[in-house]
Amino acid sequence: MSVQVNASQVDERTLKDLIESESNIEVTGCLGQRYLGVARKCGQLRITGTPGNGLASYLDGGEIYVHGNVQDAVADTMNDGFLAVDGNAGDALCYAMRGGRVFIRGNAGYRAGVHMKAYRERQSILVIGGRAGSFLGEYLAGGTIAVLGLDCPAGSQLTGYFCANGMYAGSIYLRTTARPVGLSDKLSCHLMDGEEKKAKLEGLIRDYASAFSLDAQQILSGPFLSIEADPHKSYRQLYATL
Amino acid sequence: MNLIPSRYRINLRKEECIQCRRCTRECSFHAIEFRGGLVFNHEKCVDCQRCVAMCPRDALYITKNENRFACHAVYSTEALKEIYRQSEAGGVLLSSMGSPGRTVPIYFDHLLLNASQVTNPSIDPLREPMETRTFIGRRPEHVERDEVGRLIDNLPPHLELQTPIMFSAMSYGAVSLNVQRALAMAAARTGTCFNCGEGGLHESLYQYAANTIVQVASGRFGVHETYLNSASAIEIKIGQGAKPGIGGHLTGAKIIGDVSKTRMVPEGIDAISPAPHHDIYSIEDLRQLVSSLKEATGYRKPVIVKVAAVHNIAPIASGIARSGADIITIDGFRGGTGAAPMRIRDNVGLPIELAIAAVDQRLRDEKIRDRVSVIASGGIRNSTDVVKAIALGADAVSVGTAALCALGCHLCASCHSGSCAWGIATQKPELVDRLDPEEGAERLCNLISAWTSEIKEIMGGMGINSIEALRGNRLALRAVGLNSRELAVLGVKYGGE
Repeated sequence: MSVQVNASQVDERTLKDLIESESNIEVTGCLGQRYLGVARKCGQLRITGTPGNGLASYLDGGEIYVHGNVQDAVADTMNDGFLAVDGNAGDALCYAMRGGRVFIRGNAGYRAGVHMKAYRERQSILVIGGRAGSFLGEYLAGGTIAVLGLDCPAGSQLTGYFCANGMYAGSIYLRTTARPVGLSDKLSCHLMDGEEKKAKLEGLIRDYASAFSLDAQQILSGPFLSIEADPHKSYRQLYATL
Repeated sequence: MNLIPSRYRINLRKEECIQCRRCTRECSFHAIEFRGGLVFNHEKCVDCQRCVAMCPRDALYITKNENRFACHAVYSTEALKEIYRQSEAGGVLLSSMGSPGRTVPIYFDHLLLNASQVTNPSIDPLREPMETRTFIGRRPEHVERDEVGRLIDNLPPHLELQTPIMFSAMSYGAVSLNVQRALAMAAARTGTCFNCGEGGLHESLYQYAANTIVQVASGRFGVHETYLNSASAIEIKIGQGAKPGIGGHLTGAKIIGDVSKTRMVPEGIDAISPAPHHDIYSIEDLRQLVSSLKEATGYRKPVIVKVAAVHNIAPIASGIARSGADIITIDGFRGGTGAAPMRIRDNVGLPIELAIAAVDQRLRDEKIRDRVSVIASGGIRNSTDVVKAIALGADAVSVGTAALCALGCHLCASCHSGSCAWGIATQKPELVDRLDPEEGAERLCNLISAWTSEIKEIMGGMGINSIEALRGNRLALRAVGLNSRELAVLGVKYGGE
């Protein structure tokens, strides 16, 4: 049985204290309250409405479900846990995320998944159902980003400019045949075949589809581009020591 | 053909040498070898002085190579060597430690301190109380009282330092774990703080939480909830004095074993700290990171924002003071580093003296000086530099290079090689073992207590008995050899005025 609270009837501090003290809590009527679920380690938090910036920053475990859109800097430096948003996300989503999973049903703004990484059992995963803005996956250092373009016409551009600039590890999957505009020559990009899709995407897409009651098979049937750093073209600068 | 002659010459007093070969074992740069007799590879010598210090007979000494190029006032020998080196290797010149300065003045050396004579008494610190304890953080704007008039404790979280000298951020990876251990132990014993830099915090150092500042930089390496809560303050690193505007790059070769575990990045893969924080494009964004860190730590810890001293440092500091940060660290032009592009190190930024004076004045003018404490760093060499920095407007200082020198560093500026013979800037186990953290901590404690004694003596001479009365007290300073613009920026009168 979860505790229920209407965010419009308590002040922000009380709301956060409640969220911190209750392992299972349902927040309704959320109207831009910032930093909800910051550094949370366990339990389940359900939010209806629009949580403000900094939702789930440093998240360290547990599950957060949002029925509505989320704003900027969501899941910043997230370490572990699960966040599902049945709506759109603003800018700087999942910056420097290290572990856990973030599923967005709709679109994401600028700078999604910048400098995400992975370490041992921690593999950061970001799946965006619609499209993403510019700078997606810049400086990617590990982990997985998938942009699915659901409800977009076939062959649509799913990202903005500067996709994956400076990326040096990890993977980006785009469910389209359209290569991102101006993709850096230091990256390799190819259309995945059925076997590769099965190996790398099936589990991920099944997870995502079940979170939003979607048809995994239908999503998987689309074409997927895979973007990875070209190991032969590193960003290493040539140095000369005196 | 080799256009670049060796920088140094290794010299042996043959009559003193007992052929113990200790120097061959100590030299981690392979400049001294034994092949039937001692063989000197002068071109490999970096002048780290390890062999000299460890020779039981004082038989070795290092000199500059006396060879020189044609004397040319514009193209110095150094300038020519740099051209030769780059035409050979085709790369960005890489160096380490702080800028050697060259023609940029060290303003501390142009400032003289005051002392009391006749009209106000000086104080003898050996016989009278002298307060070097200082509180770092935001000060409450109003005194609040309850209904019966008792004071309400509305003091925001702060750091209490027994002496206004902290240790600068140096990451595990750039320096060895033994260096951080020595710094942590010394900070705990002297009642100050060390800063773990952007490399995470090794679990064995969690016990020093009360004396630890943890750093959150653009790469967010090793940052997680437990890390944030294992410190007494959190520092957001925007920039550093040795390389303003430049990110960090720890090569995969240094990311081994515990360094990888502490940073939480895979072994052998480069760890890149991007030049900017990609979630901070404005003061409002900075405010957001400050707030989220405070949320994650229950508003129990002050948040520091560290920036490099750059041209518009005064308005930048004003913005930071309005971001909710409690402390601003300003790192000057002469600040050290484990590796930086040499051109950046030697040409970007401002000396800390100008920056601190400009920032203090700006914050006072805007009546927000008490919203933040200001820490000065980057080229603080001794206790008088500390006193002068505080008189120019800092609340406290932090030292990196001086602390490493206490551990044996001789400023050979070869940190980037990873072969530090003193066991400081290296991860090679056989070199790391050369530094005993306990002995290092003792040397650091000695340094801090020596400087603190000198600070007390200097303050006593001025007739000041508390470090907080020295803060921004520019009347305690007079300048020599500076022009009127420099005096105006420093806010200091000329000697005799």
